[in-house]
Amino acid sequence: MAVARDATDTSALPRAPGDAGEPIVLLRDVHQAFGSLEVLKGISFSVRKGGVACIIGPSGSGKSTLLRCINGLVPIRSGTIRVADFDVHRLKTDQEKIALRKEVSMVFQQYNLFPHKTALDNVMMAPIHVLKEDRNAVRARAIALLTKVGLAAKQNSYPGELSGGQQQRVAIARSLAMRPEVMLFDEVTAALDPETVKEVLSTIRELAREGMTCILVTHEMRFAREIADEVHFTDGGTIVESGPPAQLFDHPRKERTRAFLSQIL
Amino acid sequence: MSGKARGTVLPVILPAGERLARAAMRERSDGTHRLRLRGSHGWALLGAFVLGCGIAQAQSQPESPSILDTLWKWTPLLARGFVFNLAISFIAMAIGTVTGLFLGFAQISLLPPVRKGAWFATHFFRNAPWLVLLFYCMFLLPFQVSVFGVTIPIPDWTKATLGLALPVMANVSEIARGAVQSIPTTQWEAAGSLAFNRRQTLWMIIFPQCIKRMLPPWMNLYAILTMATVLASIVGVNEMMTLTQRALSAENRPGLLLAFYSYVLLWFFVYCYPIARWTVRLEARYAVDQ
Repeated sequence: MAVARDATDTSALPRAPGDAGEPIVLLRDVHQAFGSLEVLKGISFSVRKGGVACIIGPSGSGKSTLLRCINGLVPIRSGTIRVADFDVHRLKTDQEKIALRKEVSMVFQQYNLFPHKTALDNVMMAPIHVLKEDRNAVRARAIALLTKVGLAAKQNSYPGELSGGQQQRVAIARSLAMRPEVMLFDEVTAALDPETVKEVLSTIRELAREGMTCILVTHEMRFAREIADEVHFTDGGTIVESGPPAQLFDHPRKERTRAFLSQIL
Repeated sequence: MSGKARGTVLPVILPAGERLARAAMRERSDGTHRLRLRGSHGWALLGAFVLGCGIAQAQSQPESPSILDTLWKWTPLLARGFVFNLAISFIAMAIGTVTGLFLGFAQISLLPPVRKGAWFATHFFRNAPWLVLLFYCMFLLPFQVSVFGVTIPIPDWTKATLGLALPVMANVSEIARGAVQSIPTTQWEAAGSLAFNRRQTLWMIIFPQCIKRMLPPWMNLYAILTMATVLASIVGVNEMMTLTQRALSAENRPGLLLAFYSYVLLWFFVYCYPIARWTVRLEARYAVDQ
């Protein structure tokens, strides 16, 4: 049945990668609290499809919580979060949240690989059991992904036999195997030693170049400057300042941003 | 390798207070006290046995057969009793494990009534004296049931086995709950972010990791249960302890007590010692692995 769509109905149009303009992640005045402790006090920002947003800021400023709100691991108090076609703040049932998480994948600081499964099985599990895809097709894709992150030779190793950097790259491959629309990275290099940070960052860099929408919480300022379209500096549960990396790092407008950057750069 | 570095690669001697507190915490999560059998305990038992034999020999009449001959004469009967003990322990362990796993998983249910009910059952049977539970089953269960006119007798040993399975169930329940809760919450988070639902997360990610953690306390529980099977003698089951008493009254010789009971102890030690050692070894290995 053919229905004439008017030109403003963008949701029905096929979205080309790098289609600028349209935000795929949109947060409006997000509040979150654990008990009486307010963690997020009105966060608003958006990421367009294919864009890379970096969130920087001191520890305890709610960065990790923010990411967990975006994929529905943590419910929010008020405000709205829209990711792709989901109103995250309205998702109630597990099924709805699961549907969202097929689109948004998260990589953690502590890798969180499943220790009883090999690297390959770690990557294959979710597509087979959650997406119900064909095992052989998933296997081929998983091997391709492990090759992409440079770990084809380690596919039969268990997480305990891999270095931190290798585990983190497996974790990235595991998330990518779900073919998400958005990738969230939660301080993925914070637990790594400086030499292995590089290998993980180059994997993420490659992803960003391929047009994957990424939101990164990071302490790697040089990397943020290089990769981000927009950087958000958070402190005390609010976004203090946002802007393109060149502006935010070189000409911060707010005193708080300047103080933070002078501490770490 | 950071995962391995967290284990006890370099053991540190803790102050006694902290050591005891940790042991107490572990035992609480295991559900039962930890069996600490050492090789020296076996030698001490053997010493008691030899001493008992010596005393009995010295007290016996010159014309009566030697004490070792007497023991040897009764050994086939006692062995049969011991096999019965083992049978009771196997069956009670099997029943207790299956029901205990269900109860343990009910304890982590998201439904409050299920969770609270399971919690109550677990703690009731865990904290009740084993002997009381045994008597309970012995005298409250009928000695026979009629199903469609067919009368099926329930022998005493079945009831005793059920009575022993109850505390086993409660302890397995607690072991299972403890194992699930010992898996880091980050595993749940990772599974959640990959869109696994709760059932899939439990079956594919959490439970497989629990098995390793459950094995040592489960084996410890089995060794404790094996020793507890002699309680069945109080309710008249023909296991090793009952048969030893019979043998003693049949012999009617003074001074046999120490020799015979040391002998029984030795049997149980020989059976349980390897289990206890293996438990300790598995535990040490898994502690480093995790």
